[in-house]
This record gives sequence, structure tokens and C-alpha cells, in this order.
Amino acid sequence: MKEEKVVYPYIPNSNPETQREMMDFVGAKDMWDLYEEIPEELRYKEKLAIPDGILDEFGLKKHVEKILAKNKNCDEFTNFLGAGCAQHFIPAVVDEITTRGEFLTCYGAESWGDHGKYQAFVEYNSMLAELLDTEVMSVPQFDGGQAISTAMAMACRITDRKKVLVPELMNPGYKSILENYMHSVQDELEVQVEYIKFEPETGRIDLADLKEKLNEDVAAVMIENPGFLGVLEDRGEEIGELVTSVGAEFVVYVNPISLGILEAPANYGATITCGDLHSLGLHLSAGNGQAGFISTQGEAKYLNNYKDFIYGFAEPEVEGEYVFGNMLIERTHYSRRAFGNEYTGTGTNLWMISAAVYMALMGPKGMEEVGTTILYNSRYAAEKISRIPNVSLKFTSPFFQEFVVDFSQSGKTVQEINKQLLANEIFGGLDLTGCYEDFDHCALYCVTEVNTREEIDFLVECLEKILK
Amino acid sequence: MGQDQETLLRDFHQARWSEPIIYEMSTPGERGVITPAVDKKIKDKLRNKENMIPESLKRKKMVDLPEIGQMRVNRHYMRLSQETLGNDVSVDIGQGTCTMKYSPKVQEHLVSRNSNIASVHPYQDESTIQGLLEIYYKTEQYLKEISGMDAFSFQPGGGAQAIYTNAVIVRKYFEDKGEDRDEIVTTIFSHPADAGAPATCGYKVIDLMHDKDQGYPTLEAFKAALSEKTAAIFITNPEDTGIFNPRIKEYVDAAHEVGAVAVYDQANVNGIMGITRAKEAGFDLIHYNLHKTFSAPHGGMGPGVGALGARGVFKDYIPVPKVSFDGEKYLLEHEVKQSIGKVRSFIGNAAIIVRVYMWLRSLGADGVREAAKCAVLNNQYAIKKISQIRGVTMYYAEGKRRIEQCRYSWEQMKEETGLGTEDVQRRLVDYSMEHYWESHHPHIVPEPFTLEPTDSYSKKDVDEFIAVLEKISWECYNDPEVIRTAPHNAPCHGIKNYYESDPANVICSWRQYKKKYGID
Repeated sequence: MKEEKVVYPYIPNSNPETQREMMDFVGAKDMWDLYEEIPEELRYKEKLAIPDGILDEFGLKKHVEKILAKNKNCDEFTNFLGAGCAQHFIPAVVDEITTRGEFLTCYGAESWGDHGKYQAFVEYNSMLAELLDTEVMSVPQFDGGQAISTAMAMACRITDRKKVLVPELMNPGYKSILENYMHSVQDELEVQVEYIKFEPETGRIDLADLKEKLNEDVAAVMIENPGFLGVLEDRGEEIGELVTSVGAEFVVYVNPISLGILEAPANYGATITCGDLHSLGLHLSAGNGQAGFISTQGEAKYLNNYKDFIYGFAEPEVEGEYVFGNMLIERTHYSRRAFGNEYTGTGTNLWMISAAVYMALMGPKGMEEVGTTILYNSRYAAEKISRIPNVSLKFTSPFFQEFVVDFSQSGKTVQEINKQLLANEIFGGLDLTGCYEDFDHCALYCVTEVNTREEIDFLVECLEKILK
Repeated sequence: MGQDQETLLRDFHQARWSEPIIYEMSTPGERGVITPAVDKKIKDKLRNKENMIPESLKRKKMVDLPEIGQMRVNRHYMRLSQETLGNDVSVDIGQGTCTMKYSPKVQEHLVSRNSNIASVHPYQDESTIQGLLEIYYKTEQYLKEISGMDAFSFQPGGGAQAIYTNAVIVRKYFEDKGEDRDEIVTTIFSHPADAGAPATCGYKVIDLMHDKDQGYPTLEAFKAALSEKTAAIFITNPEDTGIFNPRIKEYVDAAHEVGAVAVYDQANVNGIMGITRAKEAGFDLIHYNLHKTFSAPHGGMGPGVGALGARGVFKDYIPVPKVSFDGEKYLLEHEVKQSIGKVRSFIGNAAIIVRVYMWLRSLGADGVREAAKCAVLNNQYAIKKISQIRGVTMYYAEGKRRIEQCRYSWEQMKEETGLGTEDVQRRLVDYSMEHYWESHHPHIVPEPFTLEPTDSYSKKDVDEFIAVLEKISWECYNDPEVIRTAPHNAPCHGIKNYYESDPANVICSWRQYKKKYGID
């Protein structure tokens, strides 16, 4: 019996009848006729070393589920890892809308066919602007690290200067992203990145060191508030005044879920606010749920320096309609190739939809309540952990969501401790050994609104046993 | 009334809900969702704590977000989704250079509903993400096979970021060698990111013009642009025009002769997967857009993955962490000797890698090749039909078979009727088609439009799209008023300043809108 040709469900014209008809129409006898422009020496005729297809959908699903079952996850285990990817409650409506095929599978249509998408984008702008007390923003970047990098590049263009100051204790994962971005092939375009020291007691930035490094060569100073290590910076206004007095931009990186209870950086002097949307309704997904944002007031000097698309309200031909447009496209490489403001391209637009729905559901009260629960839960956990003998908190400052636990007096490494926590179905805090100088035996614990009192108590119980 | 089976046209009207802006739906006091409250015992314990937030950092004013019950929020965004035509609901073969394939639902359901991907933290202990790392590792092996490259990184979050990352690798490579090279050569029909991303790293970019007959630069022109200053070439093949440069290897050899690195923008390999490989053409660095060629959805511009492939010495330069296998378990290597470090946090867009693994496993070696073949067959079929539509012409490479896409022109129709590509584009949605892509800038082909039918679309889909183009062409010649006033059946009508260019007129947020129009 002749072997039947496979008809693939995702490739309708693999159907032999149709294929023959179409091949006849284009005058091709076999596949290689279609590729007559590809010379013989470039044709790859061997069978690819990819396993034969799992043709049935059920079998495919089982196959992948079986592999993924080798993972553990934060639904079954109790998780205290954050570090820019904290676990939060995500309302079902966020998932319902984000997974709608229309939003999931749309692409680059102008505003007619994709009118609803653009309205959702502009609503996202509108709600995030309220959270940040700003006016304008572009579509989001790949992650918070890219947002910081582009905020710095914007500041360099605005001030025509080539030096930026950032905290030594900034997210270590972002340092390499930023340094790569500031570095240039041409010496005259090189941007110098300098790190501001921190106060060993509080974890806040060292103001004396900032003052020493700050001068009229500096394009921007960035602080994280809350810091990567959770620390709250209470001298934002003073720092802002120092920074703007030398004509530099004051960039503040913020965790948006804190903003129901924490002041918007723009109100203590930030001229550019940036961050990651992760906390506004995005799943952990092993780091897939990240998206950077940058936002400012609407002056031309800022608008002209964004690198990505900016969507906003446009003027309708039929009065009374809301319509939306693509603003100032001449800034981008789509318009000017090598001469655009940095490169742009596929970013993280789908996460704007998630964040919009999240903010619309939460409302002012929801944002206040979730911030409050995170504040209390993390404080409760920190105090309880710090009462364990030979365990202390690294810093004395108030904090939000995350805090550094110092195990150096316990005689155990964080790695050892976390291994034993794992046996109790707990993901312990991030091991900071090697992340910064003098942070060996320290761990970054993250406690959010999803961690219950019982879970925190159990963590403390386990730590007590492990460290006995 | 169903679709007319003779004309293949249908009576269509997209949803038009005239939805208010979300702020206009607000009723003070309503709640959309309630989050976990502070535990009573925790509250009691911390009762006497002051200054949990420093005074200067306390929010002074409540955030002005809308207050809306859950059902209305859900309905509002459902309606906005209905006013959006993704390829789940529209035949979207018009996104040439990057038409999206079908994103199989079994993949979508799995990545959004399975906790072993959706609820995994990227910093979990390696022993607890063995399944995910296995999928990363195996997907890498399959892509190595398709490309001939020696290693892949899945860190870059999109095609343009992969091009950027390749430029960073090139920069570090020459720094390590102690060579001072600051020029990049690309071609005008390569994606704008091939110019924009290297420029972001500080490179001076030479955009080579094409030869008027063959559609890509001649080898002589290409060689003339190369020098000891050239760090790399960043090129596409086939380019936006769908024309394959059969002498590509000679171009790559010429770059290597001056010591430059050959970087291949393979964002779109729909037409050549399993047919011709980057390795045999001599390339050092490449990237694939996994959200495009390998079935992950586009999400209205991301998140995506630009899978970066490296060969030879360049495999030591890729971003960290790298996934490896010691024969028993999978590992994340954070120390790779020449690595450029990081361009994206964590391990990239992991849920996309799971989708791609599933897609490749569903097709297998034969299916991958079948997909490429059908993408090309669909394109050549469409070209033969569309080139017969009144007013359509094609540029370059006459009589040559194109690969997966084609850039067409309405130049002739514009001359004869005054109506051109933007007019056709505006009318498409009236016949249920999301959109078509004109061309990147500059518009070298006049009145351009770029179509790419991919392997996902059936002959019937392609025929319907062509029937719509024919009908619109007929209208341009015979009923121009209906075109001038289009769209008629979309969620909204015309837009006066879609591409607004004055910062003073930019209204990005509702608060600016209210200010501009004096709304309280």
C-alpha cells in the first residue's frame, strides 16, 4: 500500500489535491521548481534531525505536559522570590481579556480594523498616567532594564551630556543591560555609567557621594524607589533638587503596585519615571511577564526623545467619534532607519492590555488596599524572621515588599538554607551572594498580598529548625 | 446571507460599539475586584507601628482611576476586542515581511493555563525547572538543525532586539581583537532595524541601494562599500521584495575577505526553513523571529523572541544565562567566557519557547519543510493572480520566482485614477480584511503593498483576499467615491491626523484630552 501523504492541520494546502492544483497553476512539477532561484550548492536536502511530528493534538499536549511536570511552581510551593518578578494576585478578567484571540493575534493594522486595540492602548496610557501623575508615554519596552536604559539615553539627548549616575544597589540584572546600552563603538558617543555608593546602615543612597559625583557633565541621576532591595528613599525631593540644579534629569524607577500608597515620583521631582509593568496583572511565566515603561510630562523635549511608538487621541472626520493615531513617527527608525532615536520594534504591547484591565478593575481603592496588604505582610514577615536567633535584617530603613535578611551569623550559606526550605516546599529568598560586595550570606525576601499569615509563620518555623 | 461562493465576497460589518473612554464609565464607589485584605492578626501585631512609610513618601491624593463594577469592565474590554481584527478572525495575509501564522490553540491554552509554566518564577532552583530547561535545550537543538548554527540564545525579546544584540556581539568581538571598525553595511530593502539597531550601538550605517533590474545591490556595489572599517554586514535574503539573491555566498565571502562579520537577518524564514541554511551561505550570526516564523502570536507588537544563532567563535559571545545539559540534568550557565552579558532580564520570554517547542514537535522534520514549501507555493500562486489585477505592477526580477512574499505596486492605478495604496488599504477593512502592509520607508517602490500568504492560509483564504483586491481595484476605476469615503463598515471612520507630527497636538492620555477640550 502506498504511504499516504500527511495532511497537517496547521498547513491546509498540504492537502495533496489542493497542492497539485496550485502547483499546476504556477507551473511547478516538484518542490525544487518553486525554489529554482536557490542554487544547488545552497539547497539543503538532508532530513532535518528533528523528531517525527506528533500529529495528534492530544498526544502533543500529553507529551509537553509530561515534560513540564518535572517543574515545580509557585501555586503548589510557597514562594518568597521576587527580584523584579514578584508573585501577585491576577483577577480572572485580566486573563479573560488578555487571551482573547483578537488581541493575541492582531498586529500592525492602522486604527480602523484595530480600533479597539488602540482604544485599550490609550486607556492604558490614561490610567498609568494617573498612577504616575504624568501625561505621556510610549508603548512599553522589553523590560524594566530596557526602560532604564532608554530613559538614560533620552536624558543624554535632552541634555547633550554623556554621563549617568545610578545606585550601586540597583537591580544587578539591569546593570549589564544598561552598561551594554550606554557603551558605544564611537568614543564621542560613549556614555559613562557611574555608581553611587549606599549607606551601609539604611541601604539608601549615600548623599555625600552623590554630591561629589554630581556636576554639569551629568545627564541623569537614577534612583529606584522602592529600591531593588526594598528600601524606601525618603529624601526624593532633596535628591531631585540637587539633580535638577545642575540641569540633569531626575529618573526614578518605581514599582507601580506600590503607587496606591506611595507618592508618585513626579510629585517629589522626578522628571522621567520608569519601571516594569509586571506587578500590574502579568503572570510570572518564568520571566515572560515583564514590560518596561517610561513616562513624562508632555513637553516637546520629552515627546521628541521617546524611541518607541506613541499612541494618542487623533481628530476624527466624523464628529463625536473617538479615533486614535500614531504620533511623531519621524522619531523612529521605521521612518529614518539609522537616524531614528535608538531602535524600536516588537516590544511588549500585549501587556498594555493586561495592565489596562488590571488598573480598571482595581480602581483607586483596590490600588490602595493591595499596597497596604503588601506593606503589612512584608513587615510582619521581616519582623518575625529578624527575631530568629543569629538572623537579622541588613537595613534599618522602611521598605516595601522586599527586604534583605542577613544570615551571616547563622553559620549557614543561603544556598544551604534554601535547599532545606525547598524540602519543605518553600522557595526561599534570592541568594544575594556575589550580587554585590559584602552581601554573602544575605537573601532578598519578597512578601506580597498572595502570601498568607500561615505561610509566613510556616517559613519562620522552618527557618528556626534549619538554623537551630 | 452567506459568503457569495462565486465572487467570494461577503457582506461584512465590523463591530462598532461606540464605547466611551473607560473614565466616562466610572461611578464613584463601584468596585471591580477585591484583593486579599490584611490579616486581622497581622494588623493587630503591627498596630502600634508608625512610619511604615516615611511621611514624605505617603501618597497625598488617591489615584484617579475609574471605579467600575466587574461586569462592565469585562464587557468594555470584550467590546474593544470585538473592534480588533486579529488573524483569529480575519484573513491577514497582508502583513508582508512579517505575516503572522496561525498560533495553535493547544499551545495557547497550555502556556496560559498550566501552572508549570504560568506560575514558575525564573529564579527558582534549577532542580525545580528541569522541564522548562529541557524544552529550552531541545528547542535550541532543533533551531541549530534548521540553521546549521552552533548555539542559540533565546534572550532577546523581539527581532529588533536580536539585531541589536548581534551588533553588541560584533562590537565586543572586535574590541577583544583590538580592531577599530565602526561601519555597518546593510541594504535598503533590509528591515529598518538592520540600520537602526547597529546605529544604537554607535555604528555608522551604509544603506546600499538596489540594482534596478535584480532588486538587490550588485556584488560590485557591495564590494565597493566594504573596507577595513566594516565591522559587519547585516542583510536579509530574501529581502522585503521576496527576491532570493542566489549569489549570497559570494557576498558573505566578500565581507569575510575584509575581515567583517556576516550577520543574517532571518526574522522571516517562512519560505526557506529546511530548504537552505545560514551555515551553508557562510553566515556567522543570525536571528529568527519565533513570533512569526515559528507560530507564537504577535500580541499587537510583542512580547516576542528574537532567537539569536551564532557559529564558530561567536557562540562564546551570546548573552547569559545559557542552557546546557550534562547528560543527566539541565543547567543554567551564568559564566560564558566571552559573553556580552545581558540584554533582557531572566531567561527571556519563556512561554514563547514552550509554544515553539510544541509547534516543531507537531510538525517534525517533514512538516517543517512542508510548511516552507506551502508558504512559497501560496505566494507564487498569489503573485500569478494578483499581477493580473488591473492597476497592479511588480518591480524587479521579472520572470524570477519569488520566495515567501512580494512587494507590489498600485503606481499604474494611481496614475489612471488618482487612487493609490493608502486608499485601497483604508477600504480593505470594509471587506473584513484587517489591513495590508505598504512598505518600510523610504517607499522606493511607488504606491507599494506587500503580501505574504504563509503556510497557514488555505487556497480559499488566498482566493478571498485576491477577490477583495480585485473588487477594490474595480471600485477605484468605476466608483471612486466609495473609496474616498472609506472605511464604511469599520468601528470608526476617517482620521484626520493619524500620523500627527506636531508635539503640541499630541494627546496621549485622558487627562490631557480633558485639559485640551475643557472637560471636568
